Amino acid sequence: MNIDHQHIYDLLEQVPDPEVPALSIMDLGIVRNVELKNNTAEITITPTYTGCPAMDMIEVNIKAVLQENGIESNIKSVLSPPWTTDWLTEKGKQKLKEFGIAPPVAKTFDKLSLSQEERLVQCPICESSNTKMISQFGSTACKSLFKCNNCLEPFDYFKCH
Amino acid sequence: MENKYLFNYLLQLGDNSLILGHRLSEWCGHGPILEVDMALTNIALDLFGQARNYFQYAAQVENKGRTEDDLAMLRDVREFKNVLLVEQPNEDFAYTILRQFFFDAFHFSFLQELQHSNDEQLSAIAQKSLKEVTYHLKYSSDWVIRLGDGTEISHEKIQNAVNDLWMYMGELCEENETDKEMTSLGIGVDLNDIQGTVTQKIKEILQEATLNIPESTWNQSGGKNGKHTEHLGFILSELQWMQRTYPNMKW
Repeated sequence: MNIDHQHIYDLLEQVPDPEVPALSIMDLGIVRNVELKNNTAEITITPTYTGCPAMDMIEVNIKAVLQENGIESNIKSVLSPPWTTDWLTEKGKQKLKEFGIAPPVAKTFDKLSLSQEERLVQCPICESSNTKMISQFGSTACKSLFKCNNCLEPFDYFKCH
Repeated sequence: MENKYLFNYLLQLGDNSLILGHRLSEWCGHGPILEVDMALTNIALDLFGQARNYFQYAAQVENKGRTEDDLAMLRDVREFKNVLLVEQPNEDFAYTILRQFFFDAFHFSFLQELQHSNDEQLSAIAQKSLKEVTYHLKYSSDWVIRLGDGTEISHEKIQNAVNDLWMYMGELCEENETDKEMTSLGIGVDLNDIQGTVTQKIKEILQEATLNIPESTWNQSGGKNGKHTEHLGFILSELQWMQRTYPNMKW
């Protein structure tokens, strides 16, 4: 069977993030490298957060998807360079918004949005920028809780990291 | 010899994260409000993630077939190398927040320096962890100020926590043999270098919170060398119960 890199990347597009299933692991930007060695795919991934409980599941899912397509794989996890929200693709950010999660507003670590000195985070529902942080820590390690002062809906914000 | 020191150093770092994470996890389902409950357990999760990184690396350095789980679940009290501060009981919310703030202030400065370690793996762990700890420090600082500069009761409670926990602060920047060896090899952080920044940060926040800084300079230490307060044994009997009772069980 003839397998090439692009084919593997296409298959990886089908592996969802278990906690935000609207995103694939490619959108999330956690796939660092794909190499082919003797018909085995060596895939290097990086965790979003050190304690992310989804990492083990992601590894299992990658192996499963590739296996269904007749490709054996080894998964390696690396920490460096660390994942930041900059690794999210533009397509990924758009999907987050459609899913009802406000995408990270700025490049890397944005102290303004963290300290709430300015209203920067846009409500994913009504697009108002009149929003307020309720809690820095949300339902998963990667999100904060926000409230929209305009449409009054609460929403998740994928925090800058 | 270098490996023995590096192994012990990794345990010092991993144990701090594991034990503090366990203390925070005791709040799960008991937080004063939902957002606090989630924040404390989120911080616990970050700390467990960091502990895993240190233990995985330690297991590899030791090279005796032990795994990260063995290191967390099958060591006894005297083999744990965390500082005494992190094993202190939760008591009340003010205590928990203050303990967190003291540790975060230290942890933040420590990781900033550890990023420059000439050990690639430690440097990678530090870079990764620092982003999380930045959020922890922001969170605990905000709460110290809110409680200190809040009502009479909240002020009194957190002032009591400051007074009681102050004696554990010295140990954070106190060097033992392992620290010295790691610093001389350019792997570890020179604790003398960060002491000033840590103290400065703590004083700044306590002042903003209208809290008094205790005068006593007497410090309690020993955790890094395996001499703990009575609390650690109780933590481990809960933390390790499953593995001790049903060896090798998995879920």
